[in-house]
Amino acid sequence: MSQGIYLNFIKDDRWKYITDGLKVTLEVTLFAVLIGIAIGFLIAVVRSTYDKTGKLKLLNGICKIYLTVIRGTPVLVQLMIIYFVIFGPVKISKVLVAVISFGINSGAYVAEIFRSGIMSIDQGQFEAGRSLGFNYVQTMWYIIMPQAFKNVLPALGNEFISLLKETSVGSYIALQDLTKGGDIIRSRTYDAFTPLIAVALIYLGLVLLFSWLIQILERRLRQSER
Amino acid sequence: MSVDYGSPLIQVKGLGKQFGDLKVLEGINLDIDKGDVVFVVGPSGSGKSTFLRCLNRLEESTAGHIYFEGADITDPKINIDLHRQKMGMVFQQFNLFPHMDVLKNMILAPMKLQKKSQSEAEKEAMALLERVGLADRAHAYPSQLSGGQKQRIAIVRALAMKPDVMLFDEPTSALDPEMVGEVLNVMRDLARERMTMVVVTHEMGFAREVATRVMFMEGGNFLEEAPPEEFFGNPQNERLKAFLSKVL
Ligand SMILES: Nc1ncnc2c1ncn2[C@@H]1O[C@H](COP(=O)(O)OP(=O)(O)OP(=O)(O)O)[C@@H](O)[C@H]1O
Ligand SMILES: [Mg+2]
Repeated sequence: MSQGIYLNFIKDDRWKYITDGLKVTLEVTLFAVLIGIAIGFLIAVVRSTYDKTGKLKLLNGICKIYLTVIRGTPVLVQLMIIYFVIFGPVKISKVLVAVISFGINSGAYVAEIFRSGIMSIDQGQFEAGRSLGFNYVQTMWYIIMPQAFKNVLPALGNEFISLLKETSVGSYIALQDLTKGGDIIRSRTYDAFTPLIAVALIYLGLVLLFSWLIQILERRLRQSER
Repeated sequence: MSVDYGSPLIQVKGLGKQFGDLKVLEGINLDIDKGDVVFVVGPSGSGKSTFLRCLNRLEESTAGHIYFEGADITDPKINIDLHRQKMGMVFQQFNLFPHMDVLKNMILAPMKLQKKSQSEAEKEAMALLERVGLADRAHAYPSQLSGGQKQRIAIVRALAMKPDVMLFDEPTSALDPEMVGEVLNVMRDLARERMTMVVVTHEMGFAREVATRVMFMEGGNFLEEAPPEEFFGNPQNERLKAFLSKVL
């Protein structure tokens, strides 16, 4: 056991594959989620504006195609297309490609989270805003969005957690993330058990940690409503 | 007590509203003068709410015109948001903003739309809260208020914009009976101050007491209009007689 730990982590500073990989995993997840939130927010605004007013028909159509394609194909295939096809001819950082790919992918799911959040706000809130003289955008911004955002924060947290795990497929484009880090150690030491179990435990620990944070957040939000 | 207020504050001409094939309002004409307290009563589904909501275009009319302070607000090119700032509306379900405390609910529109400073908006809001006896709830959240308190806040939130007319859609229908009085008191005070009001309600006693004119709506039009003593004491229209015998 202690010999396994020495061989897999201490010798040649192999632990650095794990810590460097972890850094990449968290980095990719965080920035992908931010891109996802930005894309998701815009799409949700377009879609709910169309639902409420019938305006933005063309944009709504484009958004629907995006949602259908992204949610209808595996994220790994999207990642490989973006890396090998779209950015094939140019030299570009794998981290950046991963951030873009997972961001675009996540945007489709976040869009639906936001949309359901907007739609869950009572129509009376919208009418109260408009009757005071706020225009559509102001009503969305001051009245609807803050409430919708609060409602969907837990769901956004869950999206962050699934993305955290999903980024492990980045190793298919040789992204040096946590999964790849464990895999590199495995290929050096010919010991699969120790590094892969360690990687699994780190993922599990992160997921439990973030789930716990989301729970605290949810409790806080519920309290401030009462 | 006939005071000349000049041309009507609100003029409704040939107003119609259809939902798809369903004709809900047809050929409505009405002049509302400054200081009028117009009560609209009638059976459920007759179009009272739809009429009220057409007045500030929460509902888009499908025929006719509405002139507010001389401007045709049914004109699609008009900036309706500007005119809505002068038309307060109070809803059956209060529709306070649950993510803001009472004071924030009240100062949001004056600050963002009338560019008032926070201190000025707060000072005016506190004066309004004082008037309806809720100054001590300024920092409460809507979920911490009773129904009657919520509706009084909703009224002063609308008043904070200093509107020229107030529209009420069954403001007491969602309240427990013991809370109706406190809301009616606020509305009574407003009427006494000659605020122009259009009120849809089922509170016949209150209509009789406060209204300057009572309108009976059925089937999407006004079948009778009279001062309250006549309206309730000597109704002419057969449908109105039948309606009153049911509700009084
Ligand atoms: N958005 C809508 N779409 C379709 N039909 C509608 C819509 N809103 C109202 N209606 C219909 O219009 C008619 C008038 O409704 P309205 O709400 O104005 O009546 P009301 O007099 O306010 O009734 P109540 O006293 O029950 O509030 C009803 O038949 C109603 O079903
Ligand atoms: Mg109604």
